[in-house]
Amino acid sequence: MSLPARIATLLVAFAAVVAGAVFIVLHYLGSSLAVVNYSPEASAGVVNVVMQEDPQNTVSSEPDWVSYFIQDPNTKAWVHTTLFQVPSNTRVNMTILGYDGCTPLRNNFWSKVQGTIGGGMTVQQFKTVGKPLGQPRRYSVLNSWSNCTVGHTFAIPSLHVFVPMASPNTALFNSSACGTSPCTSGPHAVIKFSFMTPKTTGTFRWQCFVPCGGGFLDGNGGPMQTLGFMMGNMEVSA
Amino acid sequence: MAESQAPAAPGAPEKAGPNHGMRIFLIWIVLALVADLLIWFLWYPHLPPGRMTESARHQQFDIAVLGLAAAPVMLFVWTYFGYTLINWRHRDGDDDDGPPLFGHTGIQASWIAGTAVIVLAAFVFGTVELIVPDGAGAGEGPNPVWKPSGSNVLQVQVIGQQWQFTYRYPQFGGMETTQLLLPDNRPIAFHVTSLDVIHSFWAYQLGVKADANPGVDNVAYTTTRQLGGFTVRCSELCGIWHGAMFNSGQVVTPAAFQAWATTTEAVQRRQGVLAALPPYALAYDPTVVPQLGKVYAKLGITGAAGFYYPPSDPVTP
Repeated sequence: MSLPARIATLLVAFAAVVAGAVFIVLHYLGSSLAVVNYSPEASAGVVNVVMQEDPQNTVSSEPDWVSYFIQDPNTKAWVHTTLFQVPSNTRVNMTILGYDGCTPLRNNFWSKVQGTIGGGMTVQQFKTVGKPLGQPRRYSVLNSWSNCTVGHTFAIPSLHVFVPMASPNTALFNSSACGTSPCTSGPHAVIKFSFMTPKTTGTFRWQCFVPCGGGFLDGNGGPMQTLGFMMGNMEVSA
Repeated sequence: MAESQAPAAPGAPEKAGPNHGMRIFLIWIVLALVADLLIWFLWYPHLPPGRMTESARHQQFDIAVLGLAAAPVMLFVWTYFGYTLINWRHRDGDDDDGPPLFGHTGIQASWIAGTAVIVLAAFVFGTVELIVPDGAGAGEGPNPVWKPSGSNVLQVQVIGQQWQFTYRYPQFGGMETTQLLLPDNRPIAFHVTSLDVIHSFWAYQLGVKADANPGVDNVAYTTTRQLGGFTVRCSELCGIWHGAMFNSGQVVTPAAFQAWATTTEAVQRRQGVLAALPPYALAYDPTVVPQLGKVYAKLGITGAAGFYYPPSDPVTP
């Protein structure tokens, strides 16, 4: 091979490596999750956060992964992320729409509602959006082993907040479960509870304690180990 | 190597050189004595993991003793090295060979005897320090060899799950908490297990560390000796939030512990938490929930919905 050819080959190979590195960096940065900012919505020390958990998510490259969504407080659109921001020393009124069916808790201790204001949560079942099923009920324990009642959990371990997420009516879920994410129809449970954010700022991870990663060893992989699905961060701002 | 000296005149008495061995010994003995005094009186009281439990105290003592033994050895190497650099370095104009070296039976025998004594002493010391504090706070497996005597042992089950430790107290109705509270001056038996992957229960200030394996009851003992707080960390890489798998605990007075435990048990009994928990066992198979069989059959649930995902459902990537 002649000298010019060798130099040209070297330059092409170098350029290919640089281009690959740039692509990886841009791809990584470009795929970072959005943070839904609830801090501007806080008023008189209270902020309302709305989320939903779905049996699938058809908006990502992993359509068979269960996933949480967070509602944008301004547009009311559902954002496929698990990062949200709330102010410090504020009462967070959580509303979570549970569209996914039941799975028993690996440790049934998580059936107990912990760390919420008043020590409980309220559950209202719906046949579909706008059509309630029975009356709202208050729970301090939602036993996932005595019936088909719990789909997932919402837990912020460092704040000692552990809340089981009620699943929809089983018969209705089996016949007409939501099949497109984010869910806008179908049987679901609306779970409401409140907790206080700490006085200090920081990042507080939250997670689901049901091993719900279907297709992975004991359900512990995939969405259980990936930000944007069944785990996330609560950013507490000043 | 040798100092540059003019050759002695024939018949003149040879000038005696300095006794290097004695010099090195004297320098070393002074340095070693100072170092060991500093280790014992200044360093030892502040060594980790502290003196919160019997196992922690023994670990602190062990580190101090090993420090006492290691410092003279290390200082001897440094002293010899420094002395050599200063006294036997190459000097300008000195092109002579060094003196010939011959074997020295006494030195060789002393070296072998000395190292043998050190190793055997470390073996005996380590064995005693493992037995006396009932396993030294380490996980002894499901059939521990060294156990605390007496019947006053508080049983605490440590359950690992991605990514949180919880604690069950079988002597208090099998209640479960996210907090680890312990009474002071009481032997504790930790029964460490896991519900999913391998974790490791590391209560640093307690001097307790035991792997949490699914389906295994790994027992570790300690006896509390001080009031105060401690941290619990997972020390086995267990997933994306392994680094966040930690919480804190407290050693409180026996009266405070009794009040807390009985109150918590009563609250959990009233709320139905105790009824929801499985009967206390030394290990759990979380994929078997007998209560659910009839319920799910009645509801007509089949397939993955309502059941645990098995290891290969639907495929193991």
